[in-house]
Amino acid sequence: MSALEILGLSKSYAIGFWRKSPKVALQPLHLTVEEGEVFGFLGPNGAGKTTTLKMLMGIIFPSSGSARILGHDFHDPDIKKRIGFLPEQPYFYDYLSAPELLDYYAQLCGLSSDERRRKIPALLERVGLPGVGKTQLRKFSKGMLQRVGIAQAIIHDPSIVFLDEPMSGLDPLGRREIRELLQELKDQGTTVFFSTHILSDAEALCDRVAVIHKGELRGIGVVEDLQSKNVSKSEVVWQGSHALPAVTPLLSDIRVTGEIVRALVSVQDLDMLLEKLRQQRAQITSISPVHGTLEDYFLSHTSETETAKA
Amino acid sequence: MNSRLAAITLNTFREAVRDRVLYNLILFALLLVASAPLFGQISLGLEKLIIVNVGLSSISIFGIIIAIFIGIGLVSKEIEKRTLYTILSRPVRRWEFITGKYLGLLLTLVVNTAFMTVGFFVALLVVTRHFVGEDAGFLVAIYFIILQFFMVTAITLLFSSFSSPIFSAIFAFALFVIGTFSDDLRNFAAISQGMTRWLATGAAWVVPNFSSLNVILQVAHGEHIRGQLILFNTIYSLLYSAAAIALAVIIFERRNLK
Repeated sequence: MSALEILGLSKSYAIGFWRKSPKVALQPLHLTVEEGEVFGFLGPNGAGKTTTLKMLMGIIFPSSGSARILGHDFHDPDIKKRIGFLPEQPYFYDYLSAPELLDYYAQLCGLSSDERRRKIPALLERVGLPGVGKTQLRKFSKGMLQRVGIAQAIIHDPSIVFLDEPMSGLDPLGRREIRELLQELKDQGTTVFFSTHILSDAEALCDRVAVIHKGELRGIGVVEDLQSKNVSKSEVVWQGSHALPAVTPLLSDIRVTGEIVRALVSVQDLDMLLEKLRQQRAQITSISPVHGTLEDYFLSHTSETETAKA
Repeated sequence: MNSRLAAITLNTFREAVRDRVLYNLILFALLLVASAPLFGQISLGLEKLIIVNVGLSSISIFGIIIAIFIGIGLVSKEIEKRTLYTILSRPVRRWEFITGKYLGLLLTLVVNTAFMTVGFFVALLVVTRHFVGEDAGFLVAIYFIILQFFMVTAITLLFSSFSSPIFSAIFAFALFVIGTFSDDLRNFAAISQGMTRWLATGAAWVVPNFSSLNVILQVAHGEHIRGQLILFNTIYSLLYSAAAIALAVIIFERRNLK
């Protein structure tokens, strides 16, 4: 059974004074996330990531389509007992302390008072907030609030957690801690669906990612595959700098150390380069493909339409 | 009451307490008790009448102000600060959220009124030195004031389920004022003709009838309040509040929370 199936969810808003012109926030989206996966939902700001999450959480209603979470219709209130959600830049009741807030959310999830008493101190410890005691949340830093946010999302041991930009606004240390926490969740078998525009986080954590841009799904796949799909260049190393003037137009990123030359060549120009190097009697030491990063994939899938339009 | 509803109710009450809303009642009680001896000096023989009028009217006005000004923010604040996102991602139904918020504010108002009532009776004791049997009528007047809070809170919540806080406050306050003069509206309908009569009668049915819930003047003069009126007002207030809350729920159930 899939943890999440998005079956053509779409959202458009009526804008303008007479509300006659529709603005498409999300085109029909089809997506499946398997159980136990860490799935990254990537896209620049305004791509439709938060809209998708809000629809899945029942905060806004889709214009069309539906979704199934853990095999149940996403509108089914009971399925929410098995879901955790952290909104983007969360804000909580600042007159409460962290234990009070977690107690409130745990009550809403139907946890008994015994369970709440047992779980809350352990969870605060786990998210790196031991001993916050009765300090009200209005005195918490952004990083501390983000940890409280993660804690409220997992207080009821959900089977799937949805996190909207969980690393946003955190310093490098805070980001690493949240990454470790997400890795822990994955190790426990929890499905994690998180949206981000910080690609290094997605690269480090995700099994699969989807790229969304301007409300449209632009690509989806296993992170390693997406990176290898992006092999567009090879690094060629040879001995004999005398050959350089003849091949320079084909190369980029040239580095010369004595007689050894390293340079990048596009896949299309590789054969021609090798031919010319042989003609110049240069000694080829190695040829290795250069794997693109997730960033390359992301950029190529979020800018191609703009380039084409231009 | 289900546990989610209870949790939302108590959290709403806790928010009001921590926002120091209830501090006003301490101020009220202190002012009333401290000024009680003055009434005796400035109004020979009428001190009890004045303190009953001032005390009960103050309880009503303080409560209505709290009901409207907290009520307008009950839903909009949760949307604006996005605290609602984490609530609705739980197994919480939207009707539970609205009803919980309503009951939480009512609880705040009832506690507020209970404290003010104690302050009122202390002030009354300072002025009159002893209680008499007909003073129990003051409790009926306070009960009717609480019934007004039921309706005003429900009306405010209804407006805030689709309108901005400022407009909600204006609408709710306007409806409270019109409702206070609903007897006059009924009298006007009775003497009107044609279309005006229809419109005035329709308006008289729709606006809340607060005039029958205001018995301050009667109890201040020692008049007895009939049991039938207590029963009628109770049923009327509960039905009116339930209808307003049901309408608020219907609107909120369909609302996209951006």
